[in-house]
Amino acid sequence: MATVQVVRSEWTKIRSVASTVWTLSLAVVVTIALGMLISALARSEFDRMSTQDRITFDPTFISFAGMSLGQLAMIVFGVLVVSNEYSTGMIRTSLAAVPQRGTFLFAKLAVATVLGLVVSMATSFAAFFLGQAMLGEHRASLGDDGVLRAVIGGGLYMTLIAVFSMGVATMLRSPMLSLGILVPFFFLISSILGYVDATKDVVRFLPDHAGSRIMQVVPPVGDDTPYGPWGGLGIMVLWVLAALVGGYVLLKRRDA
Amino acid sequence: MIELEGLTKRYGEKTAVDHLTFTVRPGIVTGFLGPNGAGKSTTMRMILGLDRPTAGDVRIDGRHYDELKDPLTSIGALLEAKGAHPGRSARNHLLCLAQSNGIPDRRVREVLDTVGLTAVARKKAKGFSLGMGQRLGIAAALLGDPRILLFDEPVNGLDPEGILWVRTLMKSLAAEGRTVFVSSHLMSEMALTADHLVVIGQGRLLADTSMADFIARNSRSYVRIRSPQRERLLDVLHQAGITAVESGDGTLEVDGDKAEHIGELAARHQLVLHELSPQQASLEEAFMQLTAESVEYHAHSGTPVSPQQWGDDWKKG
Ligand SMILES: Nc1ncnc2c1ncn2[C@@H]1O[C@H](COP(=O)(O)OP(=O)(O)O)[C@@H](O)[C@H]1O
Ligand SMILES: [Mg+2]
Repeated sequence: MATVQVVRSEWTKIRSVASTVWTLSLAVVVTIALGMLISALARSEFDRMSTQDRITFDPTFISFAGMSLGQLAMIVFGVLVVSNEYSTGMIRTSLAAVPQRGTFLFAKLAVATVLGLVVSMATSFAAFFLGQAMLGEHRASLGDDGVLRAVIGGGLYMTLIAVFSMGVATMLRSPMLSLGILVPFFFLISSILGYVDATKDVVRFLPDHAGSRIMQVVPPVGDDTPYGPWGGLGIMVLWVLAALVGGYVLLKRRDA
Repeated sequence: MIELEGLTKRYGEKTAVDHLTFTVRPGIVTGFLGPNGAGKSTTMRMILGLDRPTAGDVRIDGRHYDELKDPLTSIGALLEAKGAHPGRSARNHLLCLAQSNGIPDRRVREVLDTVGLTAVARKKAKGFSLGMGQRLGIAAALLGDPRILLFDEPVNGLDPEGILWVRTLMKSLAAEGRTVFVSSHLMSEMALTADHLVVIGQGRLLADTSMADFIARNSRSYVRIRSPQRERLLDVLHQAGITAVESGDGTLEVDGDKAEHIGELAARHQLVLHELSPQQASLEEAFMQLTAESVEYHAHSGTPVSPQQWGDDWKKG
């Protein structure tokens, strides 16, 4: 079984269903538009901010504000890429064609990851430039310290969110179950627990918290995060690897 | 050639397939017959490496499924459940399968043509009727021009024209020397297409025989008699050592080919006969008897199956 053949096949699969187009377009549009809106709001509020807020004002991070919602579309993209196979019964046809389940999973995830990466990078750069345009005189430039890292990091973050979702969906198979776990995980648990002192230290190590550190250029005052931008991304990568390994092990063992 | 050896599958407590050992040979259509829930689909999924056997082994031309290089070029399958993404066009569905096994793109056009879906090649599968979906599944099975073909209940949901088409297709595939393994829960269907018969019930092998043998052994012949002088006739038959049984609607049945003998007896005793006809019990009856103990849920309906119901069908096959 040549892996190249399977990769070609997975590319045909992913480009021939509508869900790929609408989830990715939604991710692009929401991330950029919401980022621009919040950047424009920040600009008009800037004069009314406290001195401290002005010192720690992070124009780069502000322009990525749309990712909080845009990542939802990336989660749906990641979940559907995998769980479509199960909800439609296609998985049996697919595994009869490619009985090497490791090759099958690798090819599927590789294609979806590369596509996700291209879209995420483009989105991150667009969100940055358009966000900065909204920020007017408070804008950052790509040449400033740490900014390029943050913009590239934004693209990696969005991609990793999608890959994490693919791993979880491989474990859970059902699209509804996967979304029912991932969406609250990222939108409720992670943000609510982040405000509670007792759980704050745990939440820091959740994938979205740790991963989004890379998009910050100016850390907040009194920031005592125990990892840096790349360390945070590393933690997120570990989460993603765990989800992928879990998915692979279950796929290998289970009846299709 | 497909070889099963002690193939067993348990789902928790439930034994779906129980030590199946048989061989599916090339050049003929092998029918895989069993009532619903007998374990046919499970067996087929194990052949394709989709479900892992609890015990036993199955080999395709001597190899395990996952050892086949580009498996679709060795074995093609139509599975019971729909195996296509409804949002993908028929063409792209077949294209992605072809690509995964290094099958040239032109095969997609060829098989679409074979199954008669060319006109809807670019249409999404969700708009397909049951029959069209079945044809798409058959197209996928034929894609790699494989020597072995598996069909799980291929005529389910097809209209009469589609059923005829599938039967003809299976026979012609076998005539080309391919191995054709087709499941059904209908004896009548098998009688029309299969040359060899493997019967299972509750996961266990009940028969592995040629269709001709199965017919010879299982089609009981008997004589049906109607007479206005039933009581006297019964006496006469009894004296001649012939056992007659009453069959509901006032007719009598006598096992065996004794029509002439009974006619002569009646004439000698000046009895009036309204009917004296040699009959063959249907294969469907034979099948039901064979699997009677192994059917999971009996229907318990009072209506007896008319012997004529399938009795004529199979003779044509
Ligand atoms: N994935 C499964 N989990 C549990 N039980 C199953 C599963 N698949 C099949 N069975 C059971 O195994 C038996 C055989 O089913 P199946 O192979 O579909 O029969 P058939 O195709 O002959 O109708 C049935 O009792 C069915 O309920
Ligand atoms: Mg079945």
